[in-house]
Amino acid sequence: MANELLFFMEVLVGGLLAGTMYSLVALGFVLIFKASATFNFSQGAMVFFSVLAFCGFMQDFNIPFVLAFILAAFLMVVVGLCTERLVLRPLMNASEDTVLMATIGLGYVLEGLAQAAWGVEVRRLDLGIGDFPVPWIADNLKLFISALDITAGLVAAIMIIGLFLLFKYTKIGLGLRAVADDAGAASSIGIPLKHIMLLVWSAAGVVALVAGMMWGARAGVQFALVDLALKALPVLIIGGFSSIPGAIIGGLIIGAVEKILEVYIGPFFGGAIEGWAPYVLAIFFLLYRPEGLFGEKIIRRV
Amino acid sequence: MKPIFMTYTKKDLINLAVCMVLSVLIIPTFIKTEYWYTSILIPWLCLALATIGQQIVMGYTGQLALGAAGFMAAGAFAMFNLILRVPDLGFVGSLIVSGLIAAAFGILFGLPSLKVRGIYLMVATLASQFFIIWMIDKFGWFKNYDSSGIITAQDIVILGKPFTTPLAMYFVCLAVTTILTLLAMNMARGSTGRNWMAVRDMDIAAESMGVSLLRTKVQAFAISAFYCGVAGALFAFCYLKSLEPVAFDIKLSFKILFMCILGGLGTINGAFIGAAFILLFPVLLNAIGNNVFHGAIDATIISSIEQVIFGLLMIVFMIYEPLGMAKLWENLKQSMKSKLSSSRIKGVKSPVLKK
Repeated sequence: MANELLFFMEVLVGGLLAGTMYSLVALGFVLIFKASATFNFSQGAMVFFSVLAFCGFMQDFNIPFVLAFILAAFLMVVVGLCTERLVLRPLMNASEDTVLMATIGLGYVLEGLAQAAWGVEVRRLDLGIGDFPVPWIADNLKLFISALDITAGLVAAIMIIGLFLLFKYTKIGLGLRAVADDAGAASSIGIPLKHIMLLVWSAAGVVALVAGMMWGARAGVQFALVDLALKALPVLIIGGFSSIPGAIIGGLIIGAVEKILEVYIGPFFGGAIEGWAPYVLAIFFLLYRPEGLFGEKIIRRV
Repeated sequence: MKPIFMTYTKKDLINLAVCMVLSVLIIPTFIKTEYWYTSILIPWLCLALATIGQQIVMGYTGQLALGAAGFMAAGAFAMFNLILRVPDLGFVGSLIVSGLIAAAFGILFGLPSLKVRGIYLMVATLASQFFIIWMIDKFGWFKNYDSSGIITAQDIVILGKPFTTPLAMYFVCLAVTTILTLLAMNMARGSTGRNWMAVRDMDIAAESMGVSLLRTKVQAFAISAFYCGVAGALFAFCYLKSLEPVAFDIKLSFKILFMCILGGLGTINGAFIGAAFILLFPVLLNAIGNNVFHGAIDATIISSIEQVIFGLLMIVFMIYEPLGMAKLWENLKQSMKSKLSSSRIKGVKSPVLKK
């Protein structure tokens, strides 16, 4: 009995920590959605693009870790700048769906550019953190939890606290919230819309880079990252599109439920149900609470 | 009694006649190389048919769906099993029934559309994509317990006659596509299509005018999935000639989405234009890579460039012409017409001016 409980705990904790990885991707979506009500479908591609660039800098040019990180982050700022200038500004008054489709296009561009510049083969990314159980926890608590998972959890926690403080206590955060509330009114009282957008896209880019590094260290830097990032969508539906805590809780729920279902119910169906389980979970959520756990209620007028 | 077929204008009939002559008489007499049939014309017809399905749900009813390839897989594997297990049904019967099976999935996964829209719906339809592929992959019955993963499709036999040459398969695809395209046009122009478009433009207003949202949306999803299912069956039996779930992955769904959007949302001819573009552009790009640069550019780089160009086109179209290539074509025709008529006016006026 105790063993079973321990096993369940292990599955649960593993799932929760893996869920923080989804949260990291979802965080980028939320940042952009919060500030511009734009659904950025290219977030997954940004994850892939940024981490491939990071690997490229580090492995092809032998640039040290920190400098490569700064360069990749700077590259994401440039991407954000170009996106704001070339894609979002011309589509300022277009419908939501149009902007969404343009970001699908943007995703294609980023994926293509990344592969053209740095090749299509799978790259190994070594962060110096092993993807194996931490001995101390394994000995004392009898839980086998990967060091990488714990790192990802910590990184996610730090980023969330940082973003929360940014939104709550700085002038920039106030501006961000004002723009999110009503872009027109915000710009009429002198909040520079352009800078806010640039800032948000850059922040989303850096979040994407961090998420990509975590994913890359686990599964290798490869095109499949884009598909993995798609799982951030059910996370968002569960958490709500405009809530940072929502992204986290949503990620944790998806991560835990996915693992538990896979371990306990998966064997009856031949396994690999994690491929679709999050989406079906999202459908059930949609039917009962379309705005997600923490999202704002959607009101539409005729 | 409501007329089943709409009245056609003279222009429609001329268009139809031109298309028929072109596809039935001219193409088979002038194109002899098998490559054109097996690699371009057949997949073009199949994918155009799937794109029409996508158009119905996305272009006409305004529901963002991203699961076309899942329904195609359902259709393809339904076809395989029907021919295998119910041989009495025949090819055409199996094709219809497999379309209906796909339609059942369409109804099931279209239900969330009653509650949500936009990106939310997109996620719900992604569930269908992943679920259908997983189901086919995991339950051996669908693949007739074939362990190799790739099953060879059965030969097409209609009324005891085998259709195995590329030309014959082309005609099979052509016949199915023509019939379904005509049907789609009728639906789009009739009250069915009016309801779809009313829901697309403002669902709440449509509902208050007496259009049943449940009926309209579910109908659109069912018909869309039917088209995708039939297209999937043709795609597997005439083009791939094999069945594997991997062929219907999310990439194909995105491809069909691109065909639909670049071709022109809410148009039937846009489906054909979009499918032709997405299919032919890589061929062109490869030809340029091989002939101009003589293979100096790596094939993977070419495919990356292709992806970048598709993405850029998507952005450019969204900014400048959200209605896609069909609208561009329409504009071109308009400007040609006005040029022609203005030159005619000039021709009349010029002697007056001289005087």
